[in-house]
Amino acid sequence: MKKYTYTESKDTRSGFGAGLLEAGRRNKDVVALCADLVGSLKMADFIKEFPERFVQVGIAEANMMGIAAGMTIGGKIPFTGTFANFATGRVYDQIRQSIAYSDKNVKICASHAGLTLGEDGATHQILEDIGMMKMLPGMTVINPCDYNQTKAATIAIAEHRGPVYLRFGRPVLPVFTDPEQEFEIGKAWMVNEGTDVSIFATGHLVWEAIKAGEKLAELGISAEIINIHTIKPLDEEAILKSVAKTGCVVSAEEHNRLGGLGDSIAQVLAKNTPLPMEYVAVNDSFGESGTPEQLMKKYGLDDAHIVSAVQKVLERKKALAK
Amino acid sequence: MQAEVKEIMPLEEMEQVAKQVRRDIVRMVHGCQSGHPGGSLGCTDFFVALYFRILNHNPSFDMDGAGEDLLFLSNGHISPVWYSVLARSGYFDVKELKTFRKLDSRLQGHPTTHEDLPGVRIASGSLGQGLSVGIGAALTKKLNADNGLVFTLHGDGELQEGQIWEAALFAPHNKVDNLISTIDVNGQQIDGPTDKVLALGNLRAKWEAFGWDVLEMNGNDLVDIIRVLELAKAKTFKGKPIMILMQTNMGHGVDFMMGSHKWHGVAPNDEQLEQALLQLISNHQDY
Repeated sequence: MKKYTYTESKDTRSGFGAGLLEAGRRNKDVVALCADLVGSLKMADFIKEFPERFVQVGIAEANMMGIAAGMTIGGKIPFTGTFANFATGRVYDQIRQSIAYSDKNVKICASHAGLTLGEDGATHQILEDIGMMKMLPGMTVINPCDYNQTKAATIAIAEHRGPVYLRFGRPVLPVFTDPEQEFEIGKAWMVNEGTDVSIFATGHLVWEAIKAGEKLAELGISAEIINIHTIKPLDEEAILKSVAKTGCVVSAEEHNRLGGLGDSIAQVLAKNTPLPMEYVAVNDSFGESGTPEQLMKKYGLDDAHIVSAVQKVLERKKALAK
Repeated sequence: MQAEVKEIMPLEEMEQVAKQVRRDIVRMVHGCQSGHPGGSLGCTDFFVALYFRILNHNPSFDMDGAGEDLLFLSNGHISPVWYSVLARSGYFDVKELKTFRKLDSRLQGHPTTHEDLPGVRIASGSLGQGLSVGIGAALTKKLNADNGLVFTLHGDGELQEGQIWEAALFAPHNKVDNLISTIDVNGQQIDGPTDKVLALGNLRAKWEAFGWDVLEMNGNDLVDIIRVLELAKAKTFKGKPIMILMQTNMGHGVDFMMGSHKWHGVAPNDEQLEQALLQLISNHQDY
């Protein structure tokens, strides 16, 4: 089993900030917009270097999405920044009409996705955003796992023609992926090869899956861990290749179990090879105030929950084999 | 650029075009028995003035429109007038107008880029979004050192959407002064007169208070439209966005449709079509 170590911990949103700056350096058409959350989105370095390419829209997310859509006409590549809740649900219709249906080259960048806004509570958390964004025809949905991958993803989406939803979080997490990595949209990343169970994780849950994989190894269970950083388009080939070997599946995401990564995977399985599957996700509820660690535990999103989901799914796999 | 070589169309000829556009509108809406004739007829003179006199535009359409003036139609339900004027000014064959709102047509009920229709740069129909889009396009023109102008058109009822006021705050604060917006003030919306549904109050005072340079014009008088649009153009690049309050009659040109919210979104029957066409005689050809 491959061992993942880290020497530092950083937040994924700082990866976004670093990626945005780099994307801005590589392409003069990259512009950034923000709805009064420059600090939260880590946009300060971009603004310092490219002040004329930054638009502060104030607390007006609908206007921000419309302005971003308009800025593409004439060749700009707008990156919008706000919390995931306000970047999706609040402006769903603006994204639908002015961006997705109109096929505009806007990058909707959303921080503080999931539960991990923590103490602010459910009004500022969102667990439905992946579902909303993946249902929009033509929308690419990306949820990277750590600082380095978020940076690489941010640079990659600037090169990709079409609307993108890029989702990241607030907490400080281990930085365990390669700083020089290439980010390939739609291509799942093999974290660890295994034979007994496939764990498909996205975002912050990739690290929890790695921790779970180590615990499972101690129990004699060989878990294949795959990082599904791109939820749409989904790497169906990688998923089917893995389950052909393992025969059972656990999905792991910081999202409502309805409409997220798990449902996307379940659809692939249902059409091709129905198999025992468990979801590690929030059980159709809103969040609440608490520290991120407390919330991850209470809502069933940590490594321990991944381990128990694997045990459940292995039982079902065994029962089927009889 | 096309505008440099084109001759200015005489006023009498523009009036003939406007009559033909009105014929197109009632025939299109009749043809599919759905759509919005009232606002389309009310805004016909504005569209004819824009596309045949005011806009520096190129019918060999390019999405980015570099160096051109751009129009964004925010109140997308008046698509019949836009489609007719786009076709009549050379963006696509007028014969295509007969496909309006029918299966496999590029002329969707509300305008969209999804079908690659030349002349349309963004989808609209869900109201309130077009001013933000126009601002975005205007910002890009500035970044690109492109002196083209951005025009937007809105319905008055549309001003009930909150996003409009987000955009209204933004544009003067950021000196978006290459933008000329127009509101079709016909006083009607689906459920009745705007004053009854949700009154808009003193629009001039409101837009001035937000920091816009406000002009007014008679939207059913080509001479006044051209005069005010030229005046608006002369006011661009002076630090303020420009808002034109355009008074129109909903249904203008067809007596039984005029001034009534009932014709906001209703198609004429065969008899009403004949009646309307008798009032709209043009020296151009029907599609």
